[in-house]
Order: sequence, then C-alpha cells, then structure tokens
Amino acid sequence: MESFLEIFDIYLLEAMINGILLGGVLALLALGLNLIFGVIDVTWICYAELVMIGMYGMYYLVQYYGLSYYLAAPLAILLVAGLGALLHYLVIAPLLSGAPINQLLATGGVLFVLQSFATVAFGIDFRNLGIRLPVLAFGEMHFSYSRLLAFGAAAAGMIVVYFFMKRTYIGTAIRAIAQDRQIMALMGVDTGRIYLITSALGGALAGLAACLLVLQYDVHPFVGLSFGPITFLICVLGGLGNFVGGFVAAFLFAEIISLGGLFSDLEWGYVLAFAFFILMMFIRPAGLLARRQ
Amino acid sequence: MNRRWLLYTIAGAALIALPFVYRDPYHLHILILILIWSFAYTSWSMMGRFGLVSLGHGGFMGIGAYVTALMWNHLDVSPWIGIPVALVCAGALALVVAYPCFRFRITGHYFVLVTLALSGIVLQVITATRDWTGGSLGYTPERTKGNHLLALQFDDKTVWYLIALGVWAAGLVIWRLVDRSMARYALEAISEDEDAAAAAGVNVTFEKLRITVISALMTALAGALYCQYQMFISPDTVSGIAVSLQMVFAVVVGGIYVALGPTVGAIITIALAEGLRIGFGTKAVGWDNLVYGVLLVLFIIFLPKGILGSLLERIRLRRRGVARPQSQAAPLGRAP
Repeated sequence: MESFLEIFDIYLLEAMINGILLGGVLALLALGLNLIFGVIDVTWICYAELVMIGMYGMYYLVQYYGLSYYLAAPLAILLVAGLGALLHYLVIAPLLSGAPINQLLATGGVLFVLQSFATVAFGIDFRNLGIRLPVLAFGEMHFSYSRLLAFGAAAAGMIVVYFFMKRTYIGTAIRAIAQDRQIMALMGVDTGRIYLITSALGGALAGLAACLLVLQYDVHPFVGLSFGPITFLICVLGGLGNFVGGFVAAFLFAEIISLGGLFSDLEWGYVLAFAFFILMMFIRPAGLLARRQ
Repeated sequence: MNRRWLLYTIAGAALIALPFVYRDPYHLHILILILIWSFAYTSWSMMGRFGLVSLGHGGFMGIGAYVTALMWNHLDVSPWIGIPVALVCAGALALVVAYPCFRFRITGHYFVLVTLALSGIVLQVITATRDWTGGSLGYTPERTKGNHLLALQFDDKTVWYLIALGVWAAGLVIWRLVDRSMARYALEAISEDEDAAAAAGVNVTFEKLRITVISALMTALAGALYCQYQMFISPDTVSGIAVSLQMVFAVVVGGIYVALGPTVGAIITIALAEGLRIGFGTKAVGWDNLVYGVLLVLFIIFLPKGILGSLLERIRLRRRGVARPQSQAAPLGRAP
C-alpha cells in the first residue's frame, strides 16, 4: 500500500507539471486572441486554423526544403503574421463599421476556407516533422523535451510581447486604442495601421504556437478543432481582452485537462474542463478576474 | 389575402403529390436531405434573426441524433419515445448553458464563444464515450427485425419525403407563429437595447430563454430525423463546429429575416455540394467547403440580407414604385 501511494503521487506530480507545460502553450494562444479582441474588438473564430497553416508551413519548410527547425521557425512565424495582416485587410477592415457579429461570422467563413484549402492543397493525411526530441527523466518523472521547449518559448514570447506593449511607441499606441478607439484617431494615431500591426502581431503569436505545437502533434487539416474550442473557453473564462485573466485561465484549464487525463481518457479531461467552465459561468460570468457589479 | 392562401394550397398540394408522380430515388433523396436540413437551418434562424448568434446548434443536433440512436440500440426503446427523450435532453442542455448566459448578460462575442465551446464539447463527449457511440467512426442504429413503424425506419423514400415535408412545414409554421407573436417585438427590442427593453417591461431573460429552447428542440428533432433517415451518424456530420458554421452559412446566404431564407440556403448548399461531387468525384473533397467559406465572407460583406431577403426587398421596393437605393449596411445581427 505504501509503495502504491508513492507511485501514485509521482504520477500526480508528473501530470501537474505536464499541465503547467501545456498551460504555457495555451496561454500563448489565448494571448494572441485576447490581443486581437482587446484592440480591434473582433474575435477570430479561425485563430486555430491560422495555427494549423503555420504547422503546415513548418512541415513543408523542414521536410520538403530541408531547413533546420530553428531556421524554419522564424519563417513560419512571418508567414502566419502575414496571413493575420491579410485577414484583417481583406475581411475585417471592410466590416469594421458593421455589426460585430458580422465580423465574427466572416472569420467563420475564413475557417471554412483555411480548412478546406488545407484539405485540397495538402490532403487529409496526418503528417509530422519527424523530429524526435529526447525525453527528460527527472527522478522517476518523465517529461518530453518538446513540451519543455514549448513552455520556455511560449514564456519568452509572452515576455517579448509584454515589453513590446510597455516600452515601444507602437505598443503604447496599441494599448491606448484598446482603451478608447475614437479618441486615439483624434490624437493623430493612424488606427488602420495600428490594427494592421496588431493583426500581424496576433498572427505572429499564432505562428509561434504553431512552431511549438508541431513538435508535439501531427498536423492535419482539422487539427485546429482539437485546440480551438479550448482556446475560446480560456479567453471567455479569463474575460475577453483581459490578458492576465487569460493567462490564469490557461493554466487552470491545462491542469484540469492534464489531471482529468491522468484519471481517465484525455477527452474526459476536456469534458471536465467544460463542466468547470459552466460552473464558473454561474459564479463569475464576466471572467475570472472581473469585479462583480 | 385569399390569393395568398390559394397559392399556399397549390404549392402544398404540388409538394405532396411530387413523390407519387416523380419517383427517381436519387432526386428524392436529395429533396429529403434538403427538407431535413432546411428544418434545421430554420430552427437556427429563429434565434439568429434576433441577434442571438449560436454556434452551439451542432451540439443540439448531435444530441438529438445520438440519444435517439443510443436508446434504440442499447435500451431497445423505440424512437417514438427516444426522440422526445432526446428533445428533453437537448432542451435541458440549452437551459443549463443559456440560463447563466442570459441571466448574467453574456451577449455578443461572449455568447458566440460559449455556444461554440458547447458544440465542441458535445463532439468531445461523443468521441470520448467511444465504447457506446463508436467515437469518430460513426454509429448506425440497428436495422429493425420487427415493426417498421415502431422503429421509425422505412425503406420507401416516399414515406420519408412526406415525413420530412411535414416537419419542414411545421418548422415554417412555428417561424410564422413567432413572427406574428408579441415575443417577436420583445426579442427585437432586446436585440436593439437590453436595458431599454427591460425598462419597458420585457422579461429579457425569459424571452431569450424561451426562443433558445424552442430553437434547440427543433434542432434536436432535425438531428433525430437525420439519424433515422440516413441510418448512419458520425460526430462530424451531425455535431461539432463545422455543422454549426454550416447552419450559419446556409441561413446567411439564403436570408436570415425571411421565412423561406433557410430553405433557399439549404437548396443552394446541398445543390453545390452534390454538383461538385458529381462533377469532380473524389477530387472534389474539400472544394465545397472552400466555396462555402469564400461565399460566406463575400455575402456578409456585400449582401448581408441573403439572396432571398435581398430579392424580396427589391420586389417590394419596385411594387411601391419608389426608386430607393438598397440599404447596404443592414446589420445581419444587430450590435449587442
């Protein structure tokens, strides 16, 4: 009995640490979505599909053109950043004066386009990078190196974004626009340009997430569906546009998924996370960190 | 008004007579699919037209289909009981998710994302309980060995056509009843300004909850019918985000504010998908969704009232003899 408990605890600890590692990537995804929402007031339903395109970009750059992983990653990030800017320019900008729901539904159309584009162009086979990273053994616990790398890179990415927002002129302008859209135009800030930059930045974050996720998951046209919904849950739970809330919610969710997966299937982890989400909706409807009116 | 009723009667009689005159099974199959999906799209538009954009209807549809099929296979319960049970389940889920949303004023983006998560999670549950539901491989209700009527399984397409026609017509009647009721004005007021509506004495939470539950029940019924007709369901065809988005797409293309808009949307989407499938065979995999997606974006930008909506508006304007320019900026769902 004694030894059984010990093993159990080790597994529990391992699951918890894996949860934290997963939380890093989820927080990165949520950050990109929150950035777009906070500044442009638009929700990109197709966000996870941008990540999927980025994963395909990584796959082709590494497998087809034989680039090394670290050389391909910046290119993939640039690619998705460009896609983000293009999405804003082609779809969101013409709809900015319309009802917000229309913008959201239009990005739903883009979700269709990206998914089926991937189906048509790349086929429905599962593909992976073929890079096998070593597994770290720490005591009796095992962590995949790719998860550690993902966590580290996601954390670094978030810190870079933080300083970009706090220390640069453009970052300040972005934060100011998030606070008051009308006034900033009067203050001489070109809102259209700031929106475009923000979209590119949101895209870049999706690209970074793609580079990290492609190490852990096979890529196929519908891979976005496996982490898209959870990203939206995180953003709503944290409060749309609330960066800190999204961060906290990401780690909460990752823990629930990871621990749920420990006791049962991974899907049940997701189901548990959803039950938790509904519960929290009753308790804190406006987001985790929101003050109640 | 009398001429209109005459028109309805003739159209109804023609639709009922159709399968007895024209018996090509493939075309009947397409018509049945169009009717079932039209019903599902109509039920989505009941909410959508009031700015309650839900991406969770794939979840309701999945519940309707899977609960019915599971009860038939595992508990030997006839769909005649199974379908009501499935409807109750879908209604209960709608209440559980929608009540906090409406009570705590979760509108706009929040509401869309919460419902989006709902359909994603129903998909996950179906996949996770693969020991019973077959997971992503899909599920088939057992063929009956006994009474066809009891099992609600018919080999004759004519029977199915008439069932689907009846349900579709019932959907239109419900649409019309809502359109003529006080609830419509209340819901329109709510979609314009919740505070003002509440101040004017509208019970905001109750009105929204009622239309949501009606819409969810109808969608679940559509799912159950689809399951009984196709005799094969998989999480991807009756549940999940793709199905939810497909509903939005069809309704937006057809016209969200007119009764027959969803039907026109269903005709266009199914004709497009079948046309591509026949024309290009297996090479067409993915192309239909590609076309859908591009059309959806274009429609929202350039023709937010949909094909039928814009057509009817143009006819109405011409009749009045006013050469007013068509209003472009009509919002599809009003700003929350």
